[in-house]
Amino acid sequence: MAEDKKLISSLAKSEDAEVKTAEEQEDLHGENLNDRVRVLSPGMMVAKRFFRSKLSVIGLTILVILFLFSFLGPVFSPWHDGGERVKDDSPSEIIVYSRIDYVIDGEEYSAFDISSSTSTYNSRADMSLDHFLGTDTYGYDLFTDLMLGGRVSLTIGFVVIFLEAIIGIILGGLSGFFGGWVDNLIMRIVDILSCIPSLPIMLILSVILDELGVTGMGRLYYLMGVLTLIGWTGIARIVRGQILSLREQEFMLAAKCAGLSTRRKIFKHLLPNVMPQLIVSMTMGLGSIILTEATLGYLGLGAPLGTPTWGSMINAANNSILMQDYPNFWLPPGICITLAILAFNFVGDGLRDAFDPKMKR
Amino acid sequence: MLKYCIKRLLLSVLILFGVSLIIYVLVRLMPGGYIEQMASTMAQNSGGDQLKIEADLRAYYGLDGSIISGYWNWLTSFLSGDFGTSIVKNQPVEEIIFENMGVSFTIAFVALILELLIAIPLGIKCAVNQYGKLDYAATVFTMIGISFPTFFLGNILIKFLAVDLGWFPATGLNSSLETGVDWWTKFGDTLWHLILPMFVLVVLNIGAWMRYTRTNTLEVLNADYIRTARAKGLSEKSVVYKHVFRNTLIPLVTLLAGTLPSLFGGALITETVFGIPGIGKTAYDLMQAGDIPFIMGYNMFIAFLTVIGILLTDIMYAIVDPRVKLG
Repeated sequence: MAEDKKLISSLAKSEDAEVKTAEEQEDLHGENLNDRVRVLSPGMMVAKRFFRSKLSVIGLTILVILFLFSFLGPVFSPWHDGGERVKDDSPSEIIVYSRIDYVIDGEEYSAFDISSSTSTYNSRADMSLDHFLGTDTYGYDLFTDLMLGGRVSLTIGFVVIFLEAIIGIILGGLSGFFGGWVDNLIMRIVDILSCIPSLPIMLILSVILDELGVTGMGRLYYLMGVLTLIGWTGIARIVRGQILSLREQEFMLAAKCAGLSTRRKIFKHLLPNVMPQLIVSMTMGLGSIILTEATLGYLGLGAPLGTPTWGSMINAANNSILMQDYPNFWLPPGICITLAILAFNFVGDGLRDAFDPKMKR
Repeated sequence: MLKYCIKRLLLSVLILFGVSLIIYVLVRLMPGGYIEQMASTMAQNSGGDQLKIEADLRAYYGLDGSIISGYWNWLTSFLSGDFGTSIVKNQPVEEIIFENMGVSFTIAFVALILELLIAIPLGIKCAVNQYGKLDYAATVFTMIGISFPTFFLGNILIKFLAVDLGWFPATGLNSSLETGVDWWTKFGDTLWHLILPMFVLVVLNIGAWMRYTRTNTLEVLNADYIRTARAKGLSEKSVVYKHVFRNTLIPLVTLLAGTLPSLFGGALITETVFGIPGIGKTAYDLMQAGDIPFIMGYNMFIAFLTVIGILLTDIMYAIVDPRVKLG
């Protein structure tokens, strides 16, 4: 009885004390209690729950493969040298044909218009061991383009989501923490931005970029800026909502009683509690940014010419000949985009379940 | 309730005002290539001075002067019910929108009904057998659906089902039928053309509905009144289909209001990929042409639907669930 009391009182003291008593206490079977009970930190528990779900592991694997493929792949490609794409200079024959079906006096005829010309580079080559996916119209290796395109698309995704998160955390945090007119002002801006139809605005902005003569890498930076400006409102809403509910909890009252500075209250006590939700929505957001980039690329409005991205590669599907006879042009980038979005969704879903303390499994 | 509605309506007006200002400024920054082109054709036809005609045209469409005065002119005429005249089509903007809305609405509406008919029962089934085989399969398939880019799925369907196999027509709304065929044949033909676009919409959107239903059902299943229902000895069937089902529907009904923009505003990319002459494709074409009055009118229409959709969602929530108090 006396020992029990000692245990209970030490349990009440603190967590450290509990571990100590557990170590000191030998139980009836002569085993150390510490061998039987593993103490998991919250982070380890999240990781354990995350890796227990098959789908999130699949998602993570897809992402790792896509990243290795995009960032390491070009190094081993013979058609990529020192950051530049290498053209295949072997001459090739271009055959252009069209077929016209017509009916005269009830009989069906087909006419073929075939013309052939030679080009100085290997244009629209078939899939082969030299070119796993063939070459594009200008003799560049499509497989290398696919890897380089992944670099650009994934980089855009990460840069944009971090910019969005920074703006979202600052504005959402201010809004939730201070309330009052600050909250009102920021939330009205968020309302207005989220009511603007995004796709039409993207179309308009791209036309403006064309007019301003922004080309080359500059266009890519503008694109990221535009994506950020449109997308930060979602994160701001989430951060604000979380902070509003956290602000009323007891630990914030304790922080206030302890006389902590505003900066310390926000960065040490509020933000870490917003992190789980933030990480989940950032992961999901990555997928949607890649999707938007791809959509713009498909409409021919995204990245500059000569810089392959998954989005600009899938633009080939707009050309009816390429679309019907050369699926090697647009099918692989499309599959990569879908896989990337799917993987980010799986990982985001897994993270949400892992962070949720109510989840039992 | 009334006070809340009035407050929200006033806020909506403020939001729409902000949206219109931003769009107008952006639109005015767009190159006015179309007006130049029009002026040069008119000058060639009538032999007038191209620059003068261009200036006249700009004045006619309210595009001369500064952005601020232009916005003021647009706002005053918009508030008096004049939505402007499309430059490209030379037709009132609201007329263009309403003329092309029919097809878009039909596709979106039928797709929505199909989505709900499949997603709700599936979502409930998955939640009841959480972590079962069906649950995993449905989760994976709907996730793949969510992840597909619209244009990519559309192009795959066109390439493999329409061009290679020839099962469906690739683009358009009608095939060239002989004259004098009856109404039913025409109707069937149009329906045949609409199957692929509808399929795309259903595949893309079904995931969101299903997952939402599943999450909600899981929450309802943990509620106290479900335990009560089980405790008083009801069969599992009547627990699920009477008690759970109805309560799952509450948040779903409110979400329906949020589909307003996609119902009436058209599916821009789907319609462009399949060449369907709905409001989405029209908007895409006219936006590319830089038709400023139409861009303003169309975007305001979408923004209006969005704002109303959000407002209705909140009000519906208070109507279907008496526990919710708006304040």
